[in-house]
Amino acid sequence: MNFLLDPWPWYVSGPLITITMILLVFFGKTFGMSSNLRTLCSIGGAGKHAEFFNFDWRAQRWNLVVVVGAVIGGFIATHYLSSGAKIDLNPETITDLNVLGFKNVGASLVPAEIYNWENITTLKGIAILIIAGFLVGFGTRYAGGCTSGHAITGLSNLQLPSLIAVIGFFIGGLLMTHFIIPLIF
Amino acid sequence: MKFLKYLFVGIFFGIVLVKSEAVSWYRIYEMFKFQSFHMYGIIGSAVLSGIAFTTLSKKLKLKNINGLQISLPAKNKGFINYILGGTIFGLGWALAGACPGPMYILVGTGVISMFIVIAAALLGTYVYGILKNKLPH
Repeated sequence: MNFLLDPWPWYVSGPLITITMILLVFFGKTFGMSSNLRTLCSIGGAGKHAEFFNFDWRAQRWNLVVVVGAVIGGFIATHYLSSGAKIDLNPETITDLNVLGFKNVGASLVPAEIYNWENITTLKGIAILIIAGFLVGFGTRYAGGCTSGHAITGLSNLQLPSLIAVIGFFIGGLLMTHFIIPLIF
Repeated sequence: MKFLKYLFVGIFFGIVLVKSEAVSWYRIYEMFKFQSFHMYGIIGSAVLSGIAFTTLSKKLKLKNINGLQISLPAKNKGFINYILGGTIFGLGWALAGACPGPMYILVGTGVISMFIVIAAALLGTYVYGILKNKLPH
């Protein structure tokens, strides 16, 4: 049972993510998590304001079911399949984050400094959550996909556009991590 | 009932991403700091096994459940939208520590404030849809 409770190594996790993609492809669909954001906008009536949201969202219902499953999977994994051990981060990472004021680094999946519910009562706290989400939502649609659609599916299919997008993901990620996060915290 | 299989795929995906710690903000930070091989190993082994699958499915002419030959969709040609959109996405990915899949999964792990991030992501998608024709692609 230890294998189930302990974190899974990368060489197990990576191929299992690919199996997710293969299952969806086998069912005649594709692996793309950000498409659901567009679908939800359409359901909310965004088609009245932009042509981009005028499509048959009913054909995308299967993907929303995947999302519901993912939420359930997250619940099962944390409640029944976790040992509760700290994330085995590089000590340098922990030191770097301590310097920025992060405490209990790796004790949970996400830092309390960003995701504590109380943060939404401060301007800075809620601005971080909103700006981060907005950038992800805007960027992924502009780039035509996210990590699942480009980094996993696109690269697996040797698509040059996906490689360009993934290079973009890293340009943005490196800028944020090395230059902007130190300014925010 | 026809949707049940997608529910199970989602559950499987959610469990894998939590157990791999790919949903962890800290793992994303560590990746962009080049301080661990973990995330590179996950993405790299996923892509390599994905390439093996697409190559094999072409060679063996594998079919999906609808009886059609398996093929992954080709992406439209372009550069500016991929590099600019990708960069904007990357800025958000590193700050939120989560891309769209993990956002949903983290709600299941009990990160309630993720609803704010998801709502903002919906707003971002909506604004893109409004501005689409004015943006360089």
